[in-house]
Amino acid sequence: MSDARTQVLARVRQALGRGTPSEPVPPEVPRAYRSAGEHAPGSAAVLDQLVDRLEDYRAHVHRVAPGGVADAVAQIVGHATTVVVPPGLDREWLAGLVTDPTSGRSHDAVRVVVDDPAAPLPAEMLDAASAVVTAARVAIAETGTIVLDGGPDQGRRAISLVPDVHLCVLRAGQVVQTVPEAVRALATSPARPLTWVSGPSATSDIELSRVEGVHGPRTLHVLLVEEAGAPGA
Amino acid sequence: MSRTFLGLPALRRGGHGGPGGGTGDPAGAHRDSPVADEPFGPVRHPDAPLRWGESFPRAAKEALGNAQLRRNLAHATSTIRARRAAVVGEVPDWEALRDAGSALKEQVLARLPELLEELERNVTARGGVVHWARDAAEANRIVAGIVKAEGADEVVKVKSMATQEIGLNEALAAEGIAAVETDLAELIVQLADDMPSHILVPAIHRNRSEIRDIFLARMGDAPPDLSDVPRELAMAARAHLRRKFLSAKVAVSGANFAVASTGTLAVVESEGNGRMCLTMPETLVTVMGIEKLVPSFEDLEVFLQLLPRSSTGERMNPYTSLWTGVTPGDGPQRFHLVLLDNGRSQVLADETGRAALHCIRCSACLNVCPVYERVGGHAYGSVYPGPIGAILTPQLTGPGARTGGGHGDPNAALPYASTLCGACYEVCPVKIDIPSILVDLRAREVDADRGRLADPTAAAMKVAGWVMSDGGRFAAAGRAASLGRVAGGRDGVVRHLPFPGSRWTASRDLPAPPGQTFRDWWTKEHEPGRTPPPAHEPGDSGEEQR
Repeated sequence: MSDARTQVLARVRQALGRGTPSEPVPPEVPRAYRSAGEHAPGSAAVLDQLVDRLEDYRAHVHRVAPGGVADAVAQIVGHATTVVVPPGLDREWLAGLVTDPTSGRSHDAVRVVVDDPAAPLPAEMLDAASAVVTAARVAIAETGTIVLDGGPDQGRRAISLVPDVHLCVLRAGQVVQTVPEAVRALATSPARPLTWVSGPSATSDIELSRVEGVHGPRTLHVLLVEEAGAPGA
Repeated sequence: MSRTFLGLPALRRGGHGGPGGGTGDPAGAHRDSPVADEPFGPVRHPDAPLRWGESFPRAAKEALGNAQLRRNLAHATSTIRARRAAVVGEVPDWEALRDAGSALKEQVLARLPELLEELERNVTARGGVVHWARDAAEANRIVAGIVKAEGADEVVKVKSMATQEIGLNEALAAEGIAAVETDLAELIVQLADDMPSHILVPAIHRNRSEIRDIFLARMGDAPPDLSDVPRELAMAARAHLRRKFLSAKVAVSGANFAVASTGTLAVVESEGNGRMCLTMPETLVTVMGIEKLVPSFEDLEVFLQLLPRSSTGERMNPYTSLWTGVTPGDGPQRFHLVLLDNGRSQVLADETGRAALHCIRCSACLNVCPVYERVGGHAYGSVYPGPIGAILTPQLTGPGARTGGGHGDPNAALPYASTLCGACYEVCPVKIDIPSILVDLRAREVDADRGRLADPTAAAMKVAGWVMSDGGRFAAAGRAASLGRVAGGRDGVVRHLPFPGSRWTASRDLPAPPGQTFRDWWTKEHEPGRTPPPAHEPGDSGEEQR
């Protein structure tokens, strides 16, 4: 293509001594590290660890049974004025919200705005929204991390970034113990835009004292939906 | 030449064009005279980000006199050290991860040409545009060209070592483009017209009240009753930057990793300013050193464990963004990747020194370094401070690099900015043997100076060789040295010797010689009948010398 490209590549080849005895041989990569944890995805031990790590980073965790999602969502964002949701979000989750301004509880009415890919919400509107509700792709217990991959129930990256409160609904079966388990799950569609979230945004830039909530959502709620009969459900 | 409180040379004041900066300093304006009214220390932006102009010993001496700086540094480095130790300690397979990380980086360098071509193919296939830059000037031209083509005169920036290394902000300012740093610490540094002093926490040398003063004076829209509580300061920055994030057309970032097999790029951050920059603008320009590759997507499982724990001492940093080219309907719809050489291919040519290119910029080596802890980042005279800077900077700029270098280059002193204690090697997540590279670089510098005319070191060594090859001469020299005792103070320390000894005492104290040499003492204690040997008796040389 360009001259710079040719020259940079030529310099690199020359630096490596390509075609000479000093050319380095790529080493085998030892993979003695853990490729998976000792606990199964979604197991009680893994869920407990995730909750512990999330709370350590000041995320708010709510553990509910499958039937309890709508009530929990209503409790967490029921007083928001505007809630943004991705197009593919399970509408059952929003069933507890009062959305009809003509109802008797109009003072509690929440405006639910769907971010339609055909007509994406402008940035100002996302900025004015009080909360966003999304699902997630996978979560990592050891690090307290939730990964969004832009699927229809998670939406484009901007909607989970600009509103000040992020409520993320996570199914127990999506929780793995280790980073390699998550990366390998994500590797099936690596080109999707990925956002790894571990607690609310934070800074330690001023005398290393941690301040939660800078540019991203200042509050992160995680709604952990445990399978019926599972411990803690 | 005026000098600043941190020993920075007063070379140039780049148009900082700070966001909402209230100094009235037009972008690109240069001031030639020292700035007497500079409220936050008249720190100037040096012309060369990798060669600030002053050698380490001189800069370090000044930094050591700054008690506030040393207090800030001691607090910061000891805090991060403790955090890192705690979260590394809870990973049972940490050493195995380091082994994998080290081998992966070695593999990347060995296969670099192929992996770069693979990355380019995959980024291009996903709608990105790949540019190649031989040096800083070329990279800056490319970025400025893209920004201008978008019709923008302002860009939002994610903290990035590569763009600091090429002096991108100053280059853009010269083209009339304001680069707004959005990382809180970088914003502090930019508003104060300061230089960063740490890879990870660039404003580590500033305490909260200094930061409040900087915000009040320079931010423009800071609340007048702003306190120095960190939370309030962070919220002031949030409010200040939000409008920029929502309206910016172009963002500039670096990259922590680039996956050759998929074309995926990764940025690891904490505040959400990275997500803002990588998501909101229509156009994204990423500047990345050619060594930042990993072969396959799965390899991220190694580095996304090693980096956050080594860097901020967290199990995972709050936000990591990964993107692959352009995703229709999500994030920037135009993506440019600038692959930067800028001396890296030269470092690669060195079989020992090339390991410096394994660096993932975690800064763990800074936090454990006894030298860094006392002198801070500015003394290293480069955007890469600390132990990694001591091996990377001189190699990037050394003889043979396009930028020049060689003897008399202030960077030639950097390999000596170390006690070789080895703490940096122990904490390095990719096992860069920094002490060995330091020793190698020192040896190379000495070799390069061999045969130079009137080299005082060589001359001294030649004399020493002559003296020490003969017992009589050596004994005489020892007794002569005893006379040097008078040069010592009451505490037995020599602080100022006349030339050429002044070259030593300029940077270190010298213990005063004892009143009696070992040989004289031995003779007196064990062979009382014998008088000390005369000074020029060749027959006395022999076994005891060896």
